[in-house]
Amino acid sequence: MNTPIRRLAVVIAALFTALLVASTVVQFTQAKSLNAMASNKRTLLDSYSRERGSIIVAGQAVAKSVPVQDQYRFLRTYPQDKLYAQTTGFYSYAVGAPYGLEHAADDLLSGDADTLFVRRMTDLITGRKTSGATIELTLDPKAQEAADKALGDNKGAVVALDPKTGAILAMVSHPSYDPNPLSSHDLNKAAKAWQALSTDKDKAYLNRTINGVYPPGSTFKVVTAAAALESGVVSDENSTVPGPPELDLPLTSTNLPNEDGRACGPGNETTLIHALEISCNTAFGSLGLELGGEKIRAQAAKFGFGDALQIPMRVSVSSVPADLNAPQAAQAAIGQYDVRATPLQMAMVAAGIANQGSVMTPYLIQSVRSANLDIIESTPDPVELSQAVSEQTASTLTKMMVSVVDNGSGARAQIDGVEVAGKTGTAQHDPGKPPHAWFISFAPATDPKVAVAVVVEDGGVTGSEIGGGRVAAPIAREVMEAVLSR
Amino acid sequence: MTTTVEPLTPRTRRGAELMLLLLAIAIVLLAWVTTDLNRNGTVPANIIPIAGGFTALVLSVHLVLRWKAAYADPVLLPITTVLNGLGLVMIHRLDLAGGKLGTDGDAYRQIIWTTLAVALAVAVLFVLRDHRLLRRYTYVTMVVGFVLLLLPLVPGIGRTINGSQIWITVGPMNFQPGEFAKIALAIFFAGYLVQTRDVLSLAGRKVLGFTFPRGRDLGPILVAWVLALLVLVFQKDLGSALLFFGLFVAMLYVATERVSWIAIGLLLFAAAVAFALSAFTHFQKRVDLWLAPFSQDNLERSNQLANGLWGMASGGLTGTGLGAGRPYLTSFAESDFIFPSLGEELGLFGSVGIIVLYLLFCERGVRTALGVRDGFGKLLAIGLSFSVAFQLFIVIGGVTRVIPLTGLTTPFMSLGGSSLLANWVIMALLLRISDQARRPMPEIPVGVAADEPAPAEVTQVVRLT
Repeated sequence: MNTPIRRLAVVIAALFTALLVASTVVQFTQAKSLNAMASNKRTLLDSYSRERGSIIVAGQAVAKSVPVQDQYRFLRTYPQDKLYAQTTGFYSYAVGAPYGLEHAADDLLSGDADTLFVRRMTDLITGRKTSGATIELTLDPKAQEAADKALGDNKGAVVALDPKTGAILAMVSHPSYDPNPLSSHDLNKAAKAWQALSTDKDKAYLNRTINGVYPPGSTFKVVTAAAALESGVVSDENSTVPGPPELDLPLTSTNLPNEDGRACGPGNETTLIHALEISCNTAFGSLGLELGGEKIRAQAAKFGFGDALQIPMRVSVSSVPADLNAPQAAQAAIGQYDVRATPLQMAMVAAGIANQGSVMTPYLIQSVRSANLDIIESTPDPVELSQAVSEQTASTLTKMMVSVVDNGSGARAQIDGVEVAGKTGTAQHDPGKPPHAWFISFAPATDPKVAVAVVVEDGGVTGSEIGGGRVAAPIAREVMEAVLSR
Repeated sequence: MTTTVEPLTPRTRRGAELMLLLLAIAIVLLAWVTTDLNRNGTVPANIIPIAGGFTALVLSVHLVLRWKAAYADPVLLPITTVLNGLGLVMIHRLDLAGGKLGTDGDAYRQIIWTTLAVALAVAVLFVLRDHRLLRRYTYVTMVVGFVLLLLPLVPGIGRTINGSQIWITVGPMNFQPGEFAKIALAIFFAGYLVQTRDVLSLAGRKVLGFTFPRGRDLGPILVAWVLALLVLVFQKDLGSALLFFGLFVAMLYVATERVSWIAIGLLLFAAAVAFALSAFTHFQKRVDLWLAPFSQDNLERSNQLANGLWGMASGGLTGTGLGAGRPYLTSFAESDFIFPSLGEELGLFGSVGIIVLYLLFCERGVRTALGVRDGFGKLLAIGLSFSVAFQLFIVIGGVTRVIPLTGLTTPFMSLGGSSLLANWVIMALLLRISDQARRPMPEIPVGVAADEPAPAEVTQVVRLT
């Protein structure tokens, strides 16, 4: 009977081999993907019980993990409640971290980033508890508070940039929400808060500065002016452009009128600078006809339209449609017809003009530090995204935008003793609702320290440029003052 | 496994067993202390009495072996000690997580069961001086085996726990009689097959190069099959049914050396699986869970398998360390899922270590089967070894997704008295048979004596023992 016993022993060996292979597959080959599964409670508990890095603004934590005596060991808290909610997002046991830096910079905050590998190894050897990296932001608390206060109960967004570096100084989106209940360890409370937030009709969870896409309205005329100057259609701010009360659009029966139904200057003509001051639709519409859709689109692309940016949160892509026919190009030239831009994108337009035509890549993370505050990575030197216009064109546009604030629709953005450049906008989006009010600006005009874009949803007055100037410009002024008073 | 003829002057190897046993005890105590250090930051307060008791317990088996079975295999007891000990440590660790302390804990009951199991194993070694005595009770064990197997179906004492009716209640205690039925049936199969093997292996017709048995000789395998089907249908216990039938087919093959029995067995098995799948949604769900344990629907139905896999994955190569993982998130972490629980905290290295220990256990059983001289002993030893290996494959294969999950206990480790008692008896039987296998024959065989006229050596060996 020994032969069949030996053969059966081979079968037994095969059974055991199967078990050894299966264990290796589960614990080694597939371990990483198993651990990464969303419904895996162990992974979530792991990241909870590890001390997550803080998010710091000007030395103060706006998101931090405090030790508590329960099974999760650390509670994520947001000391400033609503002020930085859309920037930080939240870190919830009930729903994870779907938004903001908590989502986009999760690997740094949790300590799992590849750049932290060496640290993790030394932690493993020394037996120290691995903790996440601390992230220091570029935000300026004064600018942030000013923007938050000025925007008040309006729905909308404010974003401020340092034109020379691309550092984001303020990022405010209203309505906001309090992330603290969402990160509560009382799961019922967290689930209820999530239920309320995720079904909020005003979409408070949305960071409108980077994920709100709006028709930019008249603020886009700056881009059209840039394209006209760059392509030589006009030579400088004093060039004469047509300015009739109504522009006859080819191929269609509809015309493009000025909001007030009047001509923009004597003899149905005006200068480029005056056209921008009073936001003359027919002047820019006719520039659009002359330039054609592709040149406008190309100029917009140089300002960053069409780019998928990550700051590290994903920024929605701003766009000018391709293959525009003549009437569509005229509409696009005044920021209508499916032209869409995020507030950050329009702030980049202002910042690019402010920075002598050079658009800097926007960023939010100033530096990354380990738990004991050694710098792991500081933001490398500012990176240019593109040279959007020549220095010459930039200075012409600056002159024109200064004039908008000094003599035109942007008067409410004036600051005593500081030269401010700006452009108002009123963007129709829904025939039944008031238009969105826009304002983009930078200051000081000669040595810019801050560029701002403001959008107030439904904040304009139909048929008038007043909305952008009256509602949005003062908000931009508050933010610029806050930055300049540093 | 190349030697079938024992050397003339075997050593008892009891000294090696003692060394291995001390190592085994050290491993278990280290695991226990590590667990408590990780959980509570202190060495367990009752370490002296419990560690002392555990050591005394297994050393007593060692002493009984020296006395009653001096030539028994030296590796079986140390392996059993490690496995049983690690199981205890994990159960204790889950007690800590669940806040069940002292006499409320599962570990407390498991320690009592371990003591009883060791006592039972010692009793087997004392009472059973020669395994061949069991052959006298071939048909008694048949009746006992069948009765035990079907006992849970008797109204009044049978109980359904977690969907399977495999328990009986006697007074305050619950038993899984199937665990003992396994042993009784192995004895019966061995006794029966040793008698009938000639008929079952010689008569038959040749078809396609295989010799197939005559129709009338199919009786026994059909009876085994029907019995397994009864277990499957009425007790809803796929694992046990598979184990009994697999055990019978394997022993039948060993007894007859006929591959055709395996083919017939596989065909019958396939028919049973097809029947079970079409007749019971219970089994369809198991297969569905096996194929897609992470789908949303299946996670809502039962996240047990997924949780076990996630636990093992979170352990990775080196494990979280005993007491530092979260095996308590998996339901039945202390019984069916004790292997994933240990895998999570000991890592792949630990999982492989445990599987290899079981492999060594079965390998010693196979070696015993090869070495023992009588056919009954061979069949019984290989049957018991195969039942442990196959049971392990069914339960660990189930939790690691090799096959669909069917509930069976992990030998020596799972929480539960019946399983522990039964497996210690299996080990005692293997020890007894291996003692017979390695013990020098009372008189010197003629052939060997002619080659080796060395009476001096023989006396030397006798003096040493």
